[in-house]
Amino acid sequence: MTRNLLNRRQLLITGAAVLSGHTLVRAHNGTVHVTIDKLAFLPAEIQIKAGETVEWTNKDRFAHTATVKGGWDVLIPPGKTATHVATVDDTVDYYCRFHPNMKGRIVISA
Amino acid sequence: MKILVTALGTACLILSASIAGAADKPTDPQIAHIAYSAGVIDVEAAKLALSKTKNADIAAFAQSMQKDHEAVNDMALALVKKLNVTPQDNATSQALAKAAEEKRAELGKLDGAAFDKAYIDNEIAYHSQVNGALETLLIPSAENAELKGLLETGLKLFQGHQQHAEHVAAALQ
Ligand SMILES: [Cu+2]
Repeated sequence: MTRNLLNRRQLLITGAAVLSGHTLVRAHNGTVHVTIDKLAFLPAEIQIKAGETVEWTNKDRFAHTATVKGGWDVLIPPGKTATHVATVDDTVDYYCRFHPNMKGRIVISA
Repeated sequence: MKILVTALGTACLILSASIAGAADKPTDPQIAHIAYSAGVIDVEAAKLALSKTKNADIAAFAQSMQKDHEAVNDMALALVKKLNVTPQDNATSQALAKAAEEKRAELGKLDGAAFDKAYIDNEIAYHSQVNGALETLLIPSAENAELKGLLETGLKLFQGHQQHAEHVAAALQ
């Protein structure tokens, strides 16, 4: 009974996290993967530690970039991957220079 | 600014005229033709810009337009082939082509900074016009789910182009 309740509660919590759309993706083996599909960064927000790598996989037929205003700029050609090694000050909003309606966010965790 | 307003006014006139002319909503073969023609027009504009401009930002923008519109038109061709649909010419496609031809002649007479400004202002107006048509007419009228899906991707792409053009225009000032 207690165990059932606990399981149910966990299920609800998981469901809520998915619904909120703020499911932060954590790094596996030091790399966080972001997929670009139909002009969207998926997931739009990632959490990463300084020194770990963000890897974008572009599934579109169009070239995109991950660009930080006044900061770094990564070109991601169609069908290719590109990476950026996160630094301590990389809690940033980024966008695509070619399609500025594409937006993403990186949060540096301690 | 006055040029932009005029261009937008013209764009709205053309669209409302062609929508009013065809009281019925466009069919999938007509929609495919309109979307494809809209892409070809922007590729032509990009080629003109690449042959004339000396501005690095304008050239980079034009290159990006050429590549993106060619890519999305390749996707459209593959889709109509798969669906066994033959794109059908229609009043809206013809109005778009006629307006584009006039604009190309107008831009062809300009050089240097005057060309750059007129080109990028027209890119903003043109993408805005096409996005309006996609949102209010083409996407709602599309029957086939895959065609609708491609038009929706096209809308996101062209909205991105419009914002990109706005950034380039702002940097020219
Ligand atoms: Cu992009």
